[in-house]
Amino acid sequence: MTISLVVDIGLALVVLSLALWIIAATTVYRAVIGFIVYGLLLAIVWVRLGAADVALTEAALGGGLTGLLLLGAAARLSHHECVPVFGRPAAGPVVGFRLLVGILCTLIAAGLAAVVLLLPEPAPSLASEVASNLPATGVGNPVTAVLLAYRAIDTLLEAVVLVPAMIGVWSLATDQGWSGRPGFLTPARRTSALTLLAQVLPPVGIVFGIHLFWIGADHPGGKFQAAVVLAAMWALVLLAGLREPPRVGSPPLRLAVVVGPLVFIGIGVSGIWLADAFLAYPAGYAKPMILAIEAVLTLSITVALVFLLAGPPAADRSADGRR
Amino acid sequence: MTEFLLAAAAFVLGTVALGVLRILRGPADADRLLAAQLLGTGGVASLLLLGVATNAAGVTDLALLLVLLAAFASVAFVTGAAVRATKAAGPTRPSAPNPQRGGEA
Amino acid sequence: MSALLDGFTVVAVSLGALFFLAGTLGLLRFPDTLARLHALSAADNLGLGLVVLGLLPQVASPLGWIGLIAVWLLALLASGTVSQLLAGAVRPLDGAETQARDNPAEGPFS
Repeated sequence: MTISLVVDIGLALVVLSLALWIIAATTVYRAVIGFIVYGLLLAIVWVRLGAADVALTEAALGGGLTGLLLLGAAARLSHHECVPVFGRPAAGPVVGFRLLVGILCTLIAAGLAAVVLLLPEPAPSLASEVASNLPATGVGNPVTAVLLAYRAIDTLLEAVVLVPAMIGVWSLATDQGWSGRPGFLTPARRTSALTLLAQVLPPVGIVFGIHLFWIGADHPGGKFQAAVVLAAMWALVLLAGLREPPRVGSPPLRLAVVVGPLVFIGIGVSGIWLADAFLAYPAGYAKPMILAIEAVLTLSITVALVFLLAGPPAADRSADGRR
Repeated sequence: MTEFLLAAAAFVLGTVALGVLRILRGPADADRLLAAQLLGTGGVASLLLLGVATNAAGVTDLALLLVLLAAFASVAFVTGAAVRATKAAGPTRPSAPNPQRGGEA
Repeated sequence: MSALLDGFTVVAVSLGALFFLAGTLGLLRFPDTLARLHALSAADNLGLGLVVLGLLPQVASPLGWIGLIAVWLLALLASGTVSQLLAGAVRPLDGAETQARDNPAEGPFS
C-alpha cells in the first residue's frame, strides 16, 4: 500500500461521496455548489491520471463557467422548485421514476467501468504513432497536435457549434430586445469588495489567458482554456457592474465570433490546393498555421462564451428608467 | 522526499475533505459560500504538493487557474445567493417614508 | 547542502499542513459563519504560503520558483478580496435590518 495509492483512493472516495451528496441535495442551489466543488476536485484527479490539458479544461469550465450558468438557471427556476417543508417530503417525481433513473445511471456507470477494466493488456492506442509524427507538426504538446493537426476537423466542428448555440440563446429574446444588451449578468448589488476584485483580477487573468494560449503549443494549455479564462474575466467585470454587457447587435463583436471558424475553414480549404487535402498543412508551415488558427479561435471562443453566459438580449430601459 | 510530499498532500486533501463535509452540511446557505475558497487554498496546496512530488507537467498553471476560478466561483455564488434572496424576499422597498429624505421616496 | 534543503522542506511543509489542520478545526468548531470564514481565509492562506515556501527548494529552475510564488501571491490577493466579498454577502443574509438601518436611502438589493 504505497502512499500514492492512498492519495488516489482518498481522492476517489471524496469525489464519489461528493457526487452522491450532490444527487441527494435538497435544493438546486446546494447541488450546484457541490457540483462546482466536484469540478475543482476532479481537476486534481485528472492531474493524477496524467491528463494536464483535461485538468485545465475541467477546472476552467466545470469550476467556473458551467457553475455560473447553472447558478443563473437555478436562480431563475427557484420558484418552480419543490422544496421539502417541515417534515413532509418534497413533491416531485414519484419514487418509482426516481428508482428507474437511478438504475439506468448505475447501469451506464457499470458499463463504462466494465469497458475500462476489461481492456486488453496493452490497451489499443495510437500514442506511439502520435509521438513519432510529432516533429512534422512543429508542436511539442501531443494534445495540441491531435486537436489541431491529426483531428483538426473535430476542432473545427467544435468551434463552429458555438455559433448556433449562441444564436439559440439569442432566439429567446423578445422582439423589442433583439439587438439589445443581454440581461443575465447584471449585478444584483454593487459592493466595494466586488469592484476591487473586478479591477484587480482581470489584468492578471488576461495575462494568464494569453500565457495559456501561447504555451499550449509545447506544454499543457491551448486556445480553449485560454478563451475560458478570458471569458471568465470579462464576466467578472460584467458581474461587478463595471461595464455594460456588450450589445448583441454590435457588428465588431459579431465579426469576432465568426472570424475564428471562418479562418479555420479558409485555412482548411487552402490546404486542398497547398497540401492535397482539406485541413492539411503544407510542410514546414504547420506550426505558424496552427498558431494563427489558435489565435483567432481564442478571440472567437471568448466572445461566444461571454455571449452564452450573458443570456438573451433584453429590451433597453426607456429614458425615464422604467423597463 | 517524494513519499513525504505525497503524505503531506494526502493530509491536506483530508483536511479539505473534512472542510467540504462541514461546509456542505452547514445549516444556512451562507455557509456554503465558503466552499470555493476552501478549494482555492487547500486544493491548490495539495495540487502543488502532488505535482512537485510526481514531477507532473503543467501543475503551476493548473494551480494558478484553480486560484483564479475559485475566486470567480465565489463571485458566482455570491451573486447567485443575492438573486435568490431577492426572489425569496419578494419586491422589497422600505415601506415607511424615510425621515432622512425630505418628502416621498 | 541538499540534506539541509530537504530538512527545510520537511519543516515548512509540516508547518503548512498543521495550519491547514488548524483552519479546518476552526471551520468545524466555530459557532458563526463569519468566524468560520475567518478561520478558512487566514489559516489556510498561511498554510498555503508555508507549503509554497517549503516546495521552493524542491523545484530546480528559477522559472519554477517564479511560478510557485506567483500562485501564492495570486492566492493572497484573491482570498483577501473574496473573503471581504463573502463577509459582505453573509451579513445582510443574516440581518437585512442592519443593512436597511445603515443605508436607509436604498434597499438591500437595489
